[in-house]
Amino acid sequence: MWRDAWLVASRDLRIEARSRVALWQVLPFALLTLLLFAFALGPKPGLLAESAPGLFWLSVLFATVLAAQRSLAIEGTTATKDAARLLGLDPSGVFLGRLGALLLEIVALEAVLLAGVTLFFHVRVTSWAVLIPSLLLAAVGLCAANVLYGSLAGEARVRATLLPLLVLPAVAPVLIAGSKAFSSSVVAGDGGSGARWLGVLGVFAVVYSALGIVLYGPLEES
Amino acid sequence: MQRALKILGPTALALIVLDVIMGLWVTPPDEVQGDLVRLVYLHPALAWVALYVAFGLAALSSILYLWKRTRSMTFDRLAAASVEVGVVFTVLTLITGSIWGRPTWGVWWTWDARLTSTALLAVLFIGYLALRRVPADPEVRAKRCAVAALFAAVDVPIVHFSVVWWQTLHQGATVLNANLSPKIHGSMAWTLLLSFIAFTTLFAWMVLMRFKLEELTTEGEDAELAAAIDARQAEGVSS
Repeated sequence: MWRDAWLVASRDLRIEARSRVALWQVLPFALLTLLLFAFALGPKPGLLAESAPGLFWLSVLFATVLAAQRSLAIEGTTATKDAARLLGLDPSGVFLGRLGALLLEIVALEAVLLAGVTLFFHVRVTSWAVLIPSLLLAAVGLCAANVLYGSLAGEARVRATLLPLLVLPAVAPVLIAGSKAFSSSVVAGDGGSGARWLGVLGVFAVVYSALGIVLYGPLEES
Repeated sequence: MQRALKILGPTALALIVLDVIMGLWVTPPDEVQGDLVRLVYLHPALAWVALYVAFGLAALSSILYLWKRTRSMTFDRLAAASVEVGVVFTVLTLITGSIWGRPTWGVWWTWDARLTSTALLAVLFIGYLALRRVPADPEVRAKRCAVAALFAAVDVPIVHFSVVWWQTLHQGATVLNANLSPKIHGSMAWTLLLSFIAFTTLFAWMVLMRFKLEELTTEGEDAELAAAIDARQAEGVSS
């Protein structure tokens, strides 16, 4: 399973390194949403800093759906699916591979967006010990949910509109817990206990990863 | 099924009319809430049907479809019918709750855990209905939808326990509370019970109607396909 996961992840990352869709399309889109949120709220530093946790996670959520669409488009062609079957790849390994490749992209995106909110929204991080695990756990949960719901959403022609409808309500706990953990880690935040929200993010990540490992095969076979 | 439909429809109508009469004219106004309490003969029953009956039946049918020994398209159709009617009841629950909330809380909507998780539940099952409309092989679609229904049904216990887990404006359970001791008595309790029976009967009638419609649609599609094949074969013979 792990060998297959490595194969799939390295293939997806190689395709991404050549096409640079995440770099030139997904990342600029995420930064653009941050700017648009700032335009909508107005140039009040206090308000921007206070809203930064939620806006940061909304940008990550939207960008993850876009990145997942791209990842699914690579895998989605009939020829690729048939090739994976003929090679005898373990479906759980394929799920983990796609999750791994997407995860790497989203973690990089989070790092850039974090720099973005620091610069544009005047946010100052006070507790990296809470913020970094929350970013990682949330990314795992988001990527697992997107890959899993992507396999539910079916063909590419409907997936573009269907995937956001399916996945965004399901990842609402990540938005809430991620925002709370972020808020407890910055100066303008509410100062609440971030560790409690790390638990929520951890449970979400574990549950969706486990569901993906178990269900990805039967769903893709169908 | 035809016989059940003939019985359930008029029965549901009669029970709802009786519920309206009891709720509006027989039961007394509440000491604190006045006439506003009469919404209790509508809102909790709608929520009961949506959350527990409709989505419970959808989850059960989905499990039965996914389990190979009981796999049948009947369960897929039953799940689809339950979700469709359940979404209607969920939206009605939110609307009636909002009508009650305006004079009581002063707002049509508040970001209360019960309200928010119920709205999220509605969106999750709307996603299920959208997934059903994706053109695909019926068995592929049934499997995907069954999994999606089970994912969405995870929100049902969250909605139920939201008033216990978080501090909410929404009151706790009146009947299905932890002590199982109802906080409503006399004619009000009987009318509340009647509303539960009336709307559950209405749900059963609506689900059966929707189920029958689904069956007729499938039969129609099969007949169209058979006619198209016959026409094509006839073309081949004549040429």
